Amino acid sequence: MTGVVMARRRLAVSRFWADFRKQRAGVAGLVVLLVAVVLALVAPLFIGEGVTSVVSGTGPKWAAPSLDYPFGTDESGRSILLMVWWGSRTSLLIGFLAALLSIVIGMVVGITAGHFRGWIGATLMRVTDWFLVLPSLVTAMVLAAILGGSTFTIIAAIGVTTWPTTARLIRAQTLAVESRPYIERSKALGAGHWHVTTRHVLPNVAPLLLASATLEVASAIVTESTLAFLGVSSNKTSWGTMLRGSYDWGAPTQGAWWYILIPGLAILAVVMAFMLAGRALEAVLNPRLRRAS
Amino acid sequence: MTALPDAAEPAVQAAGPAEETPSSRGMLRYALSKAGGALFSIAMVVIGTFFVFRLLPGDPVRNLAQGRNMTPEQLDLERHRLGLDQSLINQFFDFVGDTLRLDLGTSYEYKRPVLDLIGERLGPTLLLAGTGLVIAVSLGLWQGIHAGWRHGSRFDRFSTGTSLVLWSVPTFWLGLLLMMVFGVGIGPIPGLLPFRGSESIDAPDGFAYVLDVAAHMVLPCLTLVAVVYAQYLLVMRSSLLEEVSQDYITVARAKGLRDDDVRRRHAVPNALLPTVTLVFMRIGFVVGGAVTVETIFTWPGLGQLFYEAVSVPDFTLMQGTFLLITVSVIVMNTLADVVYHMIDPRVRSA
Repeated sequence: MTGVVMARRRLAVSRFWADFRKQRAGVAGLVVLLVAVVLALVAPLFIGEGVTSVVSGTGPKWAAPSLDYPFGTDESGRSILLMVWWGSRTSLLIGFLAALLSIVIGMVVGITAGHFRGWIGATLMRVTDWFLVLPSLVTAMVLAAILGGSTFTIIAAIGVTTWPTTARLIRAQTLAVESRPYIERSKALGAGHWHVTTRHVLPNVAPLLLASATLEVASAIVTESTLAFLGVSSNKTSWGTMLRGSYDWGAPTQGAWWYILIPGLAILAVVMAFMLAGRALEAVLNPRLRRAS
Repeated sequence: MTALPDAAEPAVQAAGPAEETPSSRGMLRYALSKAGGALFSIAMVVIGTFFVFRLLPGDPVRNLAQGRNMTPEQLDLERHRLGLDQSLINQFFDFVGDTLRLDLGTSYEYKRPVLDLIGERLGPTLLLAGTGLVIAVSLGLWQGIHAGWRHGSRFDRFSTGTSLVLWSVPTFWLGLLLMMVFGVGIGPIPGLLPFRGSESIDAPDGFAYVLDVAAHMVLPCLTLVAVVYAQYLLVMRSSLLEEVSQDYITVARAKGLRDDDVRRRHAVPNALLPTVTLVFMRIGFVVGGAVTVETIFTWPGLGQLFYEAVSVPDFTLMQGTFLLITVSVIVMNTLADVVYHMIDPRVRSA
């Protein structure tokens, strides 16, 4: 039995990969984000926290890009290149963990609301709609400002304000899955709530979760940088805090375009990569979308 | 439905006049239930705000004292002023009563009532966000219609590509770039536009004053539009794509109507409604954009006031502005919902 299941899963994965490979933009996005993640992971082998320290800036202040400092230096002579590299660790970490938190909440709420259709489901959807209406950036700013800025707080603030879209998506999918005959068969054979939701619903919504997680990481990275720019952030160097620094030190008026351009381009590249990969996943997993576009 | 004289939705049209009274009564019931829901949401926001601002870790007074020299007596005085020395229940009822009376407290930083501060800042925000929204909606819908109608064309690929890029760009970064290029000037390009505040210090009178404010508004408005319009474009495009494959479009074409007429009189009216609702449903997104844009360009609006409150931090001011922003977003959402229900028979019959 398990052998059959394994073979079928393997076939499904290989078919999925064949479909995904046809989405050229998605593959490009996947490559870029893999490169970004690997670079962030290996950063400690080459550089350390020291590159972000104000006192250890080795170069001249406000130096334009040169051979020694390919992306120039900032107001205290730190290399923008190394800071962007080191900062990618915080940006990506917060992006991934916030998206994970958001997806987990969304998944639990979505599946529960779709499975228990009585007052539990109705109440959960009310709560979801309520969170959906709240302006998420403003709410996240309030939460982060009150809880004090730490990496954990920022992750919580982003996760808590962004889960409702996932919850709605997953609920709709749960409803669709649960109306199929094999769920009824399973229930007739004595399956309980736990069995139905974890063994039948979850595997069916998992691909969608993956696609929406990918898009969620993209928006979490943007939100993190926005929060950092607006002054509520963990005190670690991220792309957002670098841009905040560039604004505080008057980089626009100093004409230090590299200080603004490079961290922003890093955000843009990574976010675009996640977006393209996520949209490609969606297109492969959702045949209706595939037909439309 | 005058824009759809024939093919579209014949069933609903035929049933229309006969159901006149029950449907309008249903309409009223729908509006009332939506209003009830909105009131409930607002009540939840007020309660939620109270607990978030009081129960979460971090003593507001100690946070306030951070980086300032304050004696324990001063801290106690501050606690008393904020009513923090009373029991939680008393605090809660005081808070609800004050909020209902629109007494949002006194700002710590400005030493003035929060409501007055909000009143001063409301105008500039409405001016900026309103102008930005109108431009973003018209531009986004227009481009979305044309991209969706000729999907796969070069214009479509260009539009979708740009909007994906704009969607991925953090608002504040785009603002910084625009500020540097058009405000400060870079290389041979001189700075063309003002990028601080909403008017010059020696602002002229009369028509020249209007021009002055307009000049100050160009960059913030451009930033807001660029970030917001992308999603309108994408929503409009996909909404139109859903309509393009419908039977009534084929019928309209078969009748020999010109392509432009099929688009303008048949496809667009049907695709427009869900899009317009989505536009207003996502008004919270515009609010977030406005906070960021106002901060960068020091536009003296509500968003900047909220930003100041967060960065001081001035908790009374933060609470007041947060309440106002959230409640207005809820109200606008509800309005959009009711209006949508009123003008689109398809939702009503569903």
